[in-house]
Amino acid sequence: MDKTVAVVGGGVAGLAAAAALNQLGYRVLLYEKEAFTGGNVRNWDRLFPKARNAREVVDELASSLTGLTEIATGTFVNSVKSTDGLFEIESSGRPAYADAVLLTTGFELFDARKKEEYGYGIFENVITSADLEKMFASSGKPLMADGSEPKKVAFIHCVGSRDEKVNKPYCSKVCCVTAVKQAVEVREALPECEVYNFYMDLRMFGTGYEQLYKEAQVKGVNFIRGRLSEANETRTHQVMIKAEDTLVSRPLQITVDLVVLMVGMSPAGSTMTILKSLGLLGNEDGFAGIANAHTGSTLTLKKGVFVAGACSGPANITDSVNEARAAALRIHQYLGGV
Amino acid sequence: MKQEGKRSIWNDYQKEIADDKFYYVRSCIRQNFFPGSETAFLKILREVLEKDVFDDRHHTTCTGIGYHAEVVPLETTMTVVGRNFALMKEAGYQNYVPSCVTSFGIYTEILDSWHHFPEVEARARENLDKATGRTFEIPGNLAHTSDIIFKFRNEIAAKAKYMLVNKTTGKPLRVVDHIGCHYAKMFPQKGIGGAEYPYVLAGMVEAWGGEVIDYPERRHCCGFGFRQYLVKANRGYSISCSKKKFESMEPEKPDFIIANCPGCAYFLDRWQYALAEMEGKTYGEDGHGIPSLTYEEVAGLVLGFDPWELGLQLHQVPVESLLKKMGVAYDPESKFRGANGEDLGQPESPLNLKFYE
Repeated sequence: MDKTVAVVGGGVAGLAAAAALNQLGYRVLLYEKEAFTGGNVRNWDRLFPKARNAREVVDELASSLTGLTEIATGTFVNSVKSTDGLFEIESSGRPAYADAVLLTTGFELFDARKKEEYGYGIFENVITSADLEKMFASSGKPLMADGSEPKKVAFIHCVGSRDEKVNKPYCSKVCCVTAVKQAVEVREALPECEVYNFYMDLRMFGTGYEQLYKEAQVKGVNFIRGRLSEANETRTHQVMIKAEDTLVSRPLQITVDLVVLMVGMSPAGSTMTILKSLGLLGNEDGFAGIANAHTGSTLTLKKGVFVAGACSGPANITDSVNEARAAALRIHQYLGGV
Repeated sequence: MKQEGKRSIWNDYQKEIADDKFYYVRSCIRQNFFPGSETAFLKILREVLEKDVFDDRHHTTCTGIGYHAEVVPLETTMTVVGRNFALMKEAGYQNYVPSCVTSFGIYTEILDSWHHFPEVEARARENLDKATGRTFEIPGNLAHTSDIIFKFRNEIAAKAKYMLVNKTTGKPLRVVDHIGCHYAKMFPQKGIGGAEYPYVLAGMVEAWGGEVIDYPERRHCCGFGFRQYLVKANRGYSISCSKKKFESMEPEKPDFIIANCPGCAYFLDRWQYALAEMEGKTYGEDGHGIPSLTYEEVAGLVLGFDPWELGLQLHQVPVESLLKKMGVAYDPESKFRGANGEDLGQPESPLNLKFYE
């Protein structure tokens, strides 16, 4: 077979799709704007629900690629032009052509500075869930800005998710279970540390998630149903937070050593750039638009252009990988392989 | 606290402020609370900065307090606002400058409503025409008086006679800045520095040599919230709000408080007296309170205006501690004399708040 598929985005969806396309006999041009493949998962330490090392997943997917995949890291795709069923890929690298295009551009983490009232980038001991993963990877435990171990940690759910104020009305799906996972990890690393999770709802939809939530409760994590109204720094660089405990209908104020903001998923900027160049639209949340939500989640309204993973909406690794493999079959079908 | 983070946000919230030819709109209550402030604003603009400011005796309240107390319907408020805009047009001005933060909030909210709902603006025009035969134009520029002082803060610093520096220690005075809720909380993009970390007063303090201090209850209400003090039964809530702030700022040892809202400056001043009388607790040094000033009063002191001409003798918390730190020359004997030199008598000393040296 002498057909080429351009896969834009080298995260877990891109890697899984490229491997599947290789197995079907297609040559793949895999574009990744960063220096390494693996996407956002590369920056995570361990994964829910069983604390699997994140690098293992990336390495497993990358090792499935064959010599049919040419990886262009550090290469940003500027536009894709379609002419007579052939796609011209214009990138920061050399021009290339493909018979089909798969977007696996993934997501960007919500910029927590936009929730100004939480003080990220201003208060020393307000960090994001991604920052905490880096701490777990480097030192195995959370640390305050001065290097000391926190005695009280608060996780704030839904930062940049389900929030009209920052134009993010959708649920990012994975932050709840990530917060529960990280809360358990904090309790395991620092057994004396008090941990509080401020949540709106706990959306434990995946296999093993509910069990992880129960494990967190058994391990002493406190769950408070209420959204933060504000955070302020104390003289000793702790963080005083105010919320409402909506289960008891009372305002609540607590001072903690470390606040972890569970940042949601935002559309990657490159997704819309490429979609526009193809004359396609995004969905109402700014992610890639799909043909239909029930039976066409990997299809777009343009023949030969496919999507998979978090570029069309928040998704976990499992769903991203499954969707990528489903997209590979759709491409195979489109290119006449079936 | 990462200052660069705050400055990044400040850069995100800039606003256009007119340079000259201002149509000045007074506050309903400021002339009673701090009568020297509005006079000081006019003096600074006209005599120090040589700007054209029109102080129109025909304008009225914006109805803000009545509106927020739900005794004035929004349509009435819009009609009254339209009339004030019409007066500005008739006077030949375009740059509308209200002295009150509540008014600034009212004007901002109404202009935003009219922008999004032109049919509502049309109805206000119709109502105004029926009631007065007047027509109005949307202001070319809307800025609160604190925005104006902020804009010219460096010009004021260049003409400063005194700086916000402790004359004895040479260190910057430590200043709590408190922003009125209606300045930017409803429309963050309309306030300098936004709603969460406003820069409008912090910028003045910095320009005049002081140091703005942060404290955990910085964002908390001053206690002036309309429903807290208009309803007598709620006033315990009002004073508890103020107390919460004083308790939070006390460890930072502020030299004074600066506020841009009539109610904030007033309640942060008067409730210190009430708390001292109720609980025997004072929040300044050696039985003193923490002086609470308006930004025009602070600007006036910086420019060397006489403290008693600025009306500082009408503060419940005496300001002499601040005057001494700044090295401001003042005549203690003139504090309670009228404009013609007449002795007005001295107020009775509070029980717990140190009033006389």
